[in-house]
Amino acid sequence: MTSASFNRWFGRGWLLAGFAFLYLPILALVVYSFNDSPIPNVWRGFTLKWYAGLADDREILSGLWLSLRVAFFTACGSVVLGTLAAVSLVKYRRFRGRTVFSGMVTAPLVMPEVVVGLSLLLMLVSVQRATQGAFGWGFPERGMLTIWLGHLLLGMAYATVVVQARLQDLNPQLEEAALDLGARPLQVFLLVTLPMIAQSLASAWLLTFTISLDDVVLSAFLSGPGSTTMPLVIFSRARLGVSPSVNAVAALIVAVVAVGVLIASYLIARAERRRQQELAEANRA
Amino acid sequence: MTANVSGSAEPTFLQIQDVVKDFGGYKAVNHVSLDIARGEIFALLGSSGCGKTTLLRMLAGFETPSSGRIVLAGQDLAGLPPCDRPINMMFQSYALFPHLSVWDNVAFGLKRDGLPRAEIAERVDAMLKLVQLSKFAKRKPHQLSGGQQQRVALVRSLAKRPKLLLLDEPLGALDKKLREETQIELVNIIEEVGVTCVMVTHDQEEAMTMASRIAVMSEGRFLQVGAPADIYETPAMRFVADFIGNVNLLPGTVEVDEADHVVIGSADCKHYVGHGITGTQGMPVTVALRPEKIQVSRHKPADDFNAARGTIKDLSYFGSFTVYHVELPSGQRLKVSQANTERHQDDRLGWGDTVWAHWSRSAHVVLTQ
Amino acid sequence: MPRLIAHLMPKVSGRHAVIGVPYGWLLLFFLFPFLILVKISVSEMETVNFKDLVTFKDGLLQLTLKLSNYVFITEDPLYIKTYLSSLKYAAAATVLCLVIGYPFAYFMARARTTAQPALLMMVMLPFWTSFLLRVYAWKGLLSENGWAADLIIGTGFDQLLHAAGMIPAPGKLMHTPFSLVLGMAYTYMPFMILPLYGNLAKMDLRLLEAATDLGATAWVAFWKVTVPLSKAGIIAGSMLVFIPCVGELVIPELLGGPETLMIGRVLWDEFFSNNDWPMAASVAVVMILVIIVPLAVFSKYQAEVQEARR
Repeated sequence: MTSASFNRWFGRGWLLAGFAFLYLPILALVVYSFNDSPIPNVWRGFTLKWYAGLADDREILSGLWLSLRVAFFTACGSVVLGTLAAVSLVKYRRFRGRTVFSGMVTAPLVMPEVVVGLSLLLMLVSVQRATQGAFGWGFPERGMLTIWLGHLLLGMAYATVVVQARLQDLNPQLEEAALDLGARPLQVFLLVTLPMIAQSLASAWLLTFTISLDDVVLSAFLSGPGSTTMPLVIFSRARLGVSPSVNAVAALIVAVVAVGVLIASYLIARAERRRQQELAEANRA
Repeated sequence: MTANVSGSAEPTFLQIQDVVKDFGGYKAVNHVSLDIARGEIFALLGSSGCGKTTLLRMLAGFETPSSGRIVLAGQDLAGLPPCDRPINMMFQSYALFPHLSVWDNVAFGLKRDGLPRAEIAERVDAMLKLVQLSKFAKRKPHQLSGGQQQRVALVRSLAKRPKLLLLDEPLGALDKKLREETQIELVNIIEEVGVTCVMVTHDQEEAMTMASRIAVMSEGRFLQVGAPADIYETPAMRFVADFIGNVNLLPGTVEVDEADHVVIGSADCKHYVGHGITGTQGMPVTVALRPEKIQVSRHKPADDFNAARGTIKDLSYFGSFTVYHVELPSGQRLKVSQANTERHQDDRLGWGDTVWAHWSRSAHVVLTQ
Repeated sequence: MPRLIAHLMPKVSGRHAVIGVPYGWLLLFFLFPFLILVKISVSEMETVNFKDLVTFKDGLLQLTLKLSNYVFITEDPLYIKTYLSSLKYAAAATVLCLVIGYPFAYFMARARTTAQPALLMMVMLPFWTSFLLRVYAWKGLLSENGWAADLIIGTGFDQLLHAAGMIPAPGKLMHTPFSLVLGMAYTYMPFMILPLYGNLAKMDLRLLEAATDLGATAWVAFWKVTVPLSKAGIIAGSMLVFIPCVGELVIPELLGGPETLMIGRVLWDEFFSNNDWPMAASVAVVMILVIIVPLAVFSKYQAEVQEARR
């Protein structure tokens, strides 16, 4: 076998094995969610009872509802803050404290969540105690708001990275052209920049939504009584052992994500095909 | 092909007064002053890094002068952001908005002015008609060819009827064939609209064919400003002579200095220059001779002056003309460009032939710097 | 409408607003909390409240810093052992990610260009499904009768693991160093693959052609050209895996065991079980100090990437 073809087969083999490794747990989750047996890993028969049980599982449902709301607001807030941060970093080459700013923006991506969660909680509690002492009512109470603040910190970091990558690829002359033609800086952003980064804003939104939905540690530190997110519910159950109801939740999430990704890929492929068509038309004309 | 300078005698339309742009110690533009008349097409010519683009950007408002003033039609532009200036620019990359159609691109500037819809439609249609792109109004930029994109960029910058049009390397992105056609078209449109134009280019051909006046720039300064013919035939210094076109530079000393003629002695010949120069006897000078002003032949010319004998060491055949590299006894090489006026020449010159290079008494440019 | 906004706030420069909002946000919710963290780590806790650090009583200004927590951490062998253990496991996970992920990213980058977006999407897909659930899935896979357990025991691979000290006894795969490292490597794999892929995909293949033209074999070209050029990607990926793994909590909790000491769990226990906030804060501060070097490396790398892109 020649070096080149060995390379190719080895490469394909490695990729295949790698993907198998990545997807194995997901497959296992889905398969065993249909297992009619309380004992994990021992297959006894096909059943949908775990899924049916979910409908009555108040803990999971309320957790899901809370998580969805937090994730939604996290995504919205992250995109706004992330875009502002990305614009600052890309557009303004020099400003006071730029290195500090740049470091702070991406730090939550890398820092262990326990550290971020703990310090944020301590700060919020301090603020709460201070306002309690000064005004008589403590703000903020630990609950949905505090969870949101924590997720926002993490989401902003991710959103900044995504939007910044796209902004850096833009031709700077486009914004100059808009200015030259009479648009004020805000108009330039709304009319020219925004449409061109729209797709990356959408992916930033989805990314931060997912991250928020999935977060355990920050939520654990920042939640209060009555505000248990779905991941926290799953985590506490998972610590005790393997539970088929968790499998059912997992399988549903996988299904939703898979469908979402399929739809997205289809839309992207269709847009790409249309673009190719337009280009071909133009060349013929 | 050159454009005509309008003959009006009004106060200068665009005044650049002692402008400096300092980037932390490095002067990109170093005390530059210029007067441009209304309707002129003016070119800033120089190689990259000479400051021409910085100067253009200061006109557009993207850079602020460190010192000096820019006055357009009597209005000092200091403090005016780009969006408020009656100036529009055509960018090197065209910078067409990819998410907008051709029509919307051209209408963009007009919409920002808040013009009524009917008027916007009228102007945009007129602009598209000017460049024969009316059929493509609904297309997006990526659906157009390079030349078409350029035309859209041009009329987009003309739509607002600016007082000053700026062109940044207008032909840079086009291939050679397209460039020739576009040069002429571009000038025609600009003249038809009648707008004053400042362009920036590193391509001498572009500058000379399109502009009515050129400024040769180097290291932030203007070396020479004038009409293309003046710059070509009467360069003020070696750098300019060498930068524009091809030139032979022969060092020599002034031997006879009279009011109406000068004799300069070079290593291989004596030059009889048919006009006086500001200089003194014994002064070292450089004689500049353009290749097309020199002729080569096997026979010795009548005049003792303005002739040198040498050997053809190299020749390049360009079809319509041939360039001979003639090596003179001192080792100096003369580049001679001769048009091939006859289809068949029995006595065609070739490698190694001994020839006489000779030129007229008015062919020289004497340079003191 | 934009004109209206511009009229309403003429004094607020756009530039200040754009930079100010995220900057202010980060100062308030990222930097400020760290200062509070340090403060509380040296505070005395009285049941629920903290005693003031600075007291002014009888004309005496007194600053009280309780450093006993830090002393305890640095003196207690268990704490030191835990920090080192965390670093050890994080490093192991990083190496495993690199060993599996580098070839993976390499072959992805060398695949047909039309196939690459699809491959990328397939790598990202698990990332979009909950990481918690995927870690939980490994519990099932590695416990008795789990698919992975059967595979490992069946091939005798567990003998190897036992010999290497990764598992306490052959057949017992769960709640071991092995399950922990595997779980962490699995979870953070995309963080290693993506920067590597980004780096390798942009690599100029002509450099490799030049190398082979000059007489290098494919193997030599790989080690002498490709790997050095992908250094930036390797560093980025490694930092993105190593640093968070040091402080990991969920994976050690679900897949780790009594002998896999991880500092994240210690912090959690101090906070939730012992309710000792100052102690937890001290643990956190020391954790930051421990990862400060890799953090600096990562920051420097980020800054370099920014400069290069300009």
